[in-house]
Amino acid sequence: MSSETKQILTTDGIPLEVSLKKAEKKNKIKAFLLVAPLLFFLIITYVFPIGDMLFRSVDDKMVTQMLPKTFKAMENWDGQELPDEEVFAAFHEDFIKLVEEKREGKLSTQLNYTKNGFKSIIKKLRRASKKFEEGNYKEQIMSVHKRWADVEYWRAIQRRAPEFTGQKYLKGMDMYVNEEGKIVSVEEDRRIHRVLWLRTLEIAFFVTVFCFLMAYPIAHLLATLPMKYSNLLMICVLLPFWTSLLVRTASWMILLQQQGIVNDFFVGIGLVADDNRPEMMYNKTGSYVAMTQILLPFMVLPLYSVMKTISPSLMRAGKSLGGTPFIAFWKVYFPLTIPGIGAGCLLVFILAIGYYITPALVGGASGTLISNQIAFHMKSTLDWSFASAMGLMLLSGVLVIYWLYNKIVGIDNIKLG
Amino acid sequence: MALPKYTEPHYRIWHYIYLTICGAVFFFLIAPLFVIFPLSFNAEEFLSFSDGMKRLDPDAFSLRWYKDMIYGTKNPWGLAAKNSFIIAIFATIGSVILGTVAALGLSSRHMPYKGLIMAVLISPMIVPLIISGVAIFFFMAKAGLAATHTGIVLAHIILGTPFVVITVTATLSGFDHSVTRAAASLGSDPVNTFMKITLPLILPGVISGGLFAFVTSFDEVVVVLFLAGLENTTIPIQMWTGLREQLSPTILAVATCLIILSTLILVTAELLRRRSERLRGINR
Repeated sequence: MSSETKQILTTDGIPLEVSLKKAEKKNKIKAFLLVAPLLFFLIITYVFPIGDMLFRSVDDKMVTQMLPKTFKAMENWDGQELPDEEVFAAFHEDFIKLVEEKREGKLSTQLNYTKNGFKSIIKKLRRASKKFEEGNYKEQIMSVHKRWADVEYWRAIQRRAPEFTGQKYLKGMDMYVNEEGKIVSVEEDRRIHRVLWLRTLEIAFFVTVFCFLMAYPIAHLLATLPMKYSNLLMICVLLPFWTSLLVRTASWMILLQQQGIVNDFFVGIGLVADDNRPEMMYNKTGSYVAMTQILLPFMVLPLYSVMKTISPSLMRAGKSLGGTPFIAFWKVYFPLTIPGIGAGCLLVFILAIGYYITPALVGGASGTLISNQIAFHMKSTLDWSFASAMGLMLLSGVLVIYWLYNKIVGIDNIKLG
Repeated sequence: MALPKYTEPHYRIWHYIYLTICGAVFFFLIAPLFVIFPLSFNAEEFLSFSDGMKRLDPDAFSLRWYKDMIYGTKNPWGLAAKNSFIIAIFATIGSVILGTVAALGLSSRHMPYKGLIMAVLISPMIVPLIISGVAIFFFMAKAGLAATHTGIVLAHIILGTPFVVITVTATLSGFDHSVTRAAASLGSDPVNTFMKITLPLILPGVISGGLFAFVTSFDEVVVVLFLAGLENTTIPIQMWTGLREQLSPTILAVATCLIILSTLILVTAELLRRRSERLRGINR
């Protein structure tokens, strides 16, 4: 018999295989259509804007568009000696146009980012340029200020020619491109961002450790107590979980203030003198205490859900085989809780590393994190491209952790409450 | 947890140390919330317990700050509360509809690229809020929706849907699909099947996802800080401003109301969770 006659046909006379594939495809499309509205909504309002941040963070078209003729003329310049008349003439032409549009101030700010000293010489050039005669611009511009005759400054202008730059990312790491085009660190006393990155990592790490140390015993207690008691105690974990972040931060502000209850208590038990109350808020201590309490439920819940599945007879078996309770715990119970530990720690770390509200309110100057710096540049300095660059640096860190989380726990296994 | 009678003394001591540690941690978790409650009834303007309060003198307590919260001149709380509720309700409706429909698709075994799509749908929950705030602000500014209620509602839908997707997917994982096939074989169309069969069964998951979305929106401040104008002020924004400038007892009155609200939400969520476990138990 040939293979064709062997084929099973449906009642319509279509081969079963084809019919099944068709049904399968239909189901796939159906499932996708259900997901599609949310997926497209998120892609348009969320994923693309994050891509837009990436674009903004490297975008450096401003100067490129302000000095188009200059950069065209500079293409043939080797950057060794001062550029020749052609470049100066082009620069003059671009500059006059900018003065007419009253945009030369923006140019000076931008160029000053690249090299200090542009602000004053551009102001001088603007005044002088009104009396410029036609022709021989090189001589005329150079006579305005000696820096215009310095090849370093022309190289600085040339460095702004590309439309894209990684400069903001370097700035986020306290580095910059120096005159020779090498990447170097800024002076020791001006390295603000590295300190912030390290502090963010440090606080996130220790908050995670504290949360783990506090959550492990209570998760164990909740998992081993009889239902009616554990349900009651669970409220202690869930009520803070559902309460507004700002309310919880406010309560810490009341507790930790200098005339607050914690300080009263310390004075009461004679730990500190009444006139020498320690400052517990507006510094790192405030950030540590408040963040640990606020993030604690996120550690307890995953630990609890894992511990709940561990049979108590395993510990009994361990003990009956001759282990002390400690050995039985360490060799039997603890290894079984590792998935929960991984989930809780990664969750708390991810949340802590991007924390903004609590550090801003109780952290003071020494307890603020990288998020606060991003918000500062978004709202105060309006350097949005720098804020974008720092945001993406933070995001890439979080995505690495997220990826690890997915490997270890799987995102489908996230449990809430 | 009672120890067996034969427990050796030093393990007994360890056990009591363990219970003490647990007690201390529970205290650390819950006690800060209870500080706010008495202080909000303070008759004085200070944020610490007055001598009168320590003696439980009735004159030291008053409803002054609650009156100030409701009737206070040029008080922003009324407008803020109205905005917060409007925004949270619309954001919840949007999140629940989009999230539930997406979860239905995601839990179908025919769904292609499930892992990748799930990662995208959950990302607003994982990405630090400050980054979401910056990104959403750029989008809303371009779309002309900054400083509008619509913009904030859309932003909160973005932040709220992951919770709905997660809870509904979890509920659907224990869902017996043969009941929908049974409905279909009895001549019900898909929409009717969903409304009459699927939805009642997954409702606890949908509502608890909705609660998450509601709380997320109601409590959200980072993204709103970027988006809101003066007209769109919300309770969290007012609290944030108040806490930054001056901690006034009125804030504590508001905070007490919020704690009561969260207690109600917690009770609802717990009841739903138990109901859902029961329902799923029957299905198995």
